[in-house]
Amino acid sequence: MSAPQPVAQLSVTALSKAFGGVHAVDQLSFELDSGKVHSIIGPNGAGKTTLLNLLTGVYAPSSGSVTFEGSDVTGLAPHALAARGMARTFQNLQIFFNMSARENVMVGRHLRERTGWLAALLRFPSLAAGERESRDEAAELMRFVGLDDYLDADADAMPYGALKRLEIARALGGKPKLLLLDEPAAGLNPTETHEIDTLIARLAQSGVTVVLVEHNMRLVMGVSDHIVVLDYGRKLCEGSADQVRNDPRVIEAYLGRAELAPC
Amino acid sequence: MNWRTPRTGGLALLAAVILLLPLALVNNYWYEVAILIGINAIVCVGLNLLIGYAGQISLGHAGFFGLGAYGSAILSARYGWPPAAALAATTAGVALIALLVGRPILKLKGHYLAMATLGMGIIISIVIVTEDRLTGGPDGMSVPAFTLFGMSLAGERVWYWIIGGTLVGAVWFALNLIESPAGRALRALHGSEVGAQVSGIDATRAKVGVFVISAMFASVAGSMTAHYSGFITPGKVSFFHSIELVTMVVFGGMASTFGAVIGAAALTLLPQLLTVLKEYEMVVFGAVMVSTMIFFPRGLLPSLMLALARKRK
Repeated sequence: MSAPQPVAQLSVTALSKAFGGVHAVDQLSFELDSGKVHSIIGPNGAGKTTLLNLLTGVYAPSSGSVTFEGSDVTGLAPHALAARGMARTFQNLQIFFNMSARENVMVGRHLRERTGWLAALLRFPSLAAGERESRDEAAELMRFVGLDDYLDADADAMPYGALKRLEIARALGGKPKLLLLDEPAAGLNPTETHEIDTLIARLAQSGVTVVLVEHNMRLVMGVSDHIVVLDYGRKLCEGSADQVRNDPRVIEAYLGRAELAPC
Repeated sequence: MNWRTPRTGGLALLAAVILLLPLALVNNYWYEVAILIGINAIVCVGLNLLIGYAGQISLGHAGFFGLGAYGSAILSARYGWPPAAALAATTAGVALIALLVGRPILKLKGHYLAMATLGMGIIISIVIVTEDRLTGGPDGMSVPAFTLFGMSLAGERVWYWIIGGTLVGAVWFALNLIESPAGRALRALHGSEVGAQVSGIDATRAKVGVFVISAMFASVAGSMTAHYSGFITPGKVSFFHSIELVTMVVFGGMASTFGAVIGAAALTLLPQLLTVLKEYEMVVFGAVMVSTMIFFPRGLLPSLMLALARKRK
């Protein structure tokens, strides 16, 4: 047996998604290493959210493949990918507004709970014990993301910034190996953005691989170990924050081709 | 024990009402009305799990009610099965049918799901009307009395307690389910389907599961009705009965188990009370329905609870 090669946690090969004639994601290939913070950036309409939807099974790809932790997961349903250790948040919130904040986080633990119908209908003692544990752990996760003040709140009574963090807490409920955050700082004020910033750093420290789709460049450049730049569904370039920042193709994609005055 | 939660306080209140109600039931007619309320309430509690909590519509639940009634009737009257065995086998059979039908149609959403369940209910109704060799067709069929351990259970006063006990059981099951991981998954699906899926919830499995459970509630209520009344006709299998059931759930309050019970009670009782108005009955009935939905938009119980909570603040 040869020594195991260090393999990427997630590798994407020639991934494409077309909506009619629009190639939202086009022949995209990249690899994401475990335990790092990866960012996916690009101008509006570059295909970032579509890519996230492809990776998490919300959309099925038109062609190409996705490999997660060594097995082919192309076209798997979202719940099956969640079972393999993927979790995500959404740019346009997908909060369960008909439930309390804590219940939202408890749903995130779904895969680690007793979900049988019979146990539920008859309320087996083991299930009741699990419920207490679930409530406690949900509270812990809410404190971790800084929602101490909302432990007993209803989701529909919470402000936008708190809901963003509630989605992160819910995603963490599944103890994911890979966490994909779709614009976690969108619509937040600078203080809240800074809080998200430290939260991402803490997540990375805990060993979770983070994939960040974000427009806030200060946030991206500050936390990312590795950045993939998309434009028109294709990969423009990838590398560290410095490499990307100085790449003329990236500047061109964001600002257009022009004589750049020295800053 | 905390008596303010639905699973303890609410259930105790329901049991107390059922225990004390006979004091007000002056004759057999009112026993009959109470039994009818109980039967509708059992179906509505199940249906509310599907509509109120999981957010999936069914316009065909009278079909499951009818399958339960006719299944029990045919097995016990035509094949001589003991009624308890007939009830158990029928419930299992209806669960299987709901599973087979539910898997393809619960992939549909909104109006399309409404159409598919509507079609399912109509097909069941047609089968029951046309298979007259087994079901007696439009004329209906008689059903032997329910016997348990050699005792024959007959009469309004006996059935009042059977239905009352079953209703308490049904409500207990429903409350348990809602406060469990499986029940949370259903509510999550209602809140955001994609949010639920990425949290690891298998949407199809959850929807089909609750569809089967609600069909079983309806089937058991149907089986009991058949044995209680001793004679069944296809009237209760009709599309209109399905609509009636959905209306009860919405009227009482969606996503509220006790709301479903209250909705069933109100809409079963109201026509009985309005018969004194003779030809104006339907007009007043309609007016009550419309004004309830205007003044209690979340349904009777949740709107009242909300108003109460606001007052307390």
